[in-house]
Amino acid sequence: MRADNTHPPTATHGPVVHGDDMIVINNLYKLFGNVMAVCGFSMTVRRGEVVVVVGPSGSGKSTVLRCINHLEVPSEGDIYIDGIHLEDKKTDINAVRAEVGMVFQQFNLFGHLSVLDNITLAQRLIRKRNRPEAERIALEQLERVGIPEKANAFPRQLSGGQQQRVAIARSLAMNPKIMLFDEPTSALDPEMIKEVLDVMLDLARGGMTMVVVTHEMGFARSAADRVVFMDQGCVVETASPKVLFNEPKHERTKLFLSKIISH
Amino acid sequence: MTGDVQMMKDQEARFQWKGFPWWLVAIIGFLGLMLLLILTNEDYNRAFNFIRGGFGGIEKLGDGGWEAFIGAGITLTIYTTLVAFAIALLIGLLAGLGRVSQNILIRNVAVTYIEFIRGVPTLVLIFTVAYVIVPAAAGAIGISGQSISPAIRGISALAVIYGAFLAEVFRAGIESVPGGQMEAARSLGLNGGQAMRHVILPQAIRNVLPALGNDFIAMLKDSSLISVLAVRDITQQARLYAGSTFRFRESYLVLTFLYLTMTITLSLILRWYERRLRQDAR
Repeated sequence: MRADNTHPPTATHGPVVHGDDMIVINNLYKLFGNVMAVCGFSMTVRRGEVVVVVGPSGSGKSTVLRCINHLEVPSEGDIYIDGIHLEDKKTDINAVRAEVGMVFQQFNLFGHLSVLDNITLAQRLIRKRNRPEAERIALEQLERVGIPEKANAFPRQLSGGQQQRVAIARSLAMNPKIMLFDEPTSALDPEMIKEVLDVMLDLARGGMTMVVVTHEMGFARSAADRVVFMDQGCVVETASPKVLFNEPKHERTKLFLSKIISH
Repeated sequence: MTGDVQMMKDQEARFQWKGFPWWLVAIIGFLGLMLLLILTNEDYNRAFNFIRGGFGGIEKLGDGGWEAFIGAGITLTIYTTLVAFAIALLIGLLAGLGRVSQNILIRNVAVTYIEFIRGVPTLVLIFTVAYVIVPAAAGAIGISGQSISPAIRGISALAVIYGAFLAEVFRAGIESVPGGQMEAARSLGLNGGQAMRHVILPQAIRNVLPALGNDFIAMLKDSSLISVLAVRDITQQARLYAGSTFRFRESYLVLTFLYLTMTITLSLILRWYERRLRQDAR
């Protein structure tokens, strides 16, 4: 299965997982047919940490993110979420997913449900909350993302920015331990990007463990504890935003940053 | 300015002229003429009353007053279509879900059923289901095959045939829901079945309602085929009347009139519903 023999996974047993390690990714490989999307990705995210993953399109950043809750199943490697080994056959993946919120580029709100029902569906099915309790929590989260007045609207009646904020509220209502963001502002009109980033920034400051794939370097600068730069399925460089943006070590990082920051 | 407005008005008027449903006028004209003949001409009136089953002699489905009012033949045609379609919806939903299942065995059973049905002419399937499959199934659960009425055999045949067509409709509906919906549901912790039931199917079914309506109309027409089982629906009544009186023109024109009245009514309701659906989507 291993296509890149020059970078074989080294650890055959899982790494030591500390109590504060929320996400441990060890030598992750993902193949789509003959295409190697991720080759040998390792990363540890500690509780309350905000990690921003940047890189050119096709560099494998979204694939890594989607592996973290097994929307993609890794070809090889191990992932631990709060100490739970995802590749273990006995692991209940649905239970893990309930603890890991995910926000998508295309929002993916349920079109046939109102905003309130979007936010209460999983609470009622998975968290077994009754309707009044689920609705109370939903309204709290809508308040938090700034659009409580849209509770009874339908997704198609909302702007992109509002839809994305509902999607964030939908995830938060499950009280997740980790939030994953897959290019959350890439499908938005420019004037709506800020309202979504503000919510994310607020979340980061509140101590949420977050992994964010984004092209918003401003967000990375102000919110990230670490920035991971990926290219061609591999990690090129990991550093604090200050170091990575101001004094990148690798040529590929410099090239990438010069292309996106020059304007 | 006024010239422009005038021109726009002209265009609008011309558009109305072009877009006017003349076909509907023609069809309503035909139906009106037939109605006039049935009401005023004794030969047509007699044919109509026989075909609709107004003279009795047809196996009773119930003793409701409306059956006597519209006739046992028409009742049988409508009843057959409604019951067979309801069963076909259930079969179609199950087979459609099987068709998109990850399970190889379930998926292949569903595809086998669908392709089998689609590969055999409807008329041939009606004979096969009514005279081979229904008696065999009855035997398997310990009932005498001969005790099953032709109407039930016919309904079974239509349900099995349309179940395969509706399975493909449901499959298309499920596939019309963007993949992101399933991913979002799964990422919230819903399992595959919960995501299908609460997120995918409600949207899929809404998307295929017009297609289901079309298949209902198609089934109403195909219900005429079960007359080959000697079920006394309006087609069988027309054949009986024509055979015994040699009034072929009256029999088959009245029969055409009855089917067209039902299908055009349904199709107009469907058009109205589709238009409302499009307006809602905006």
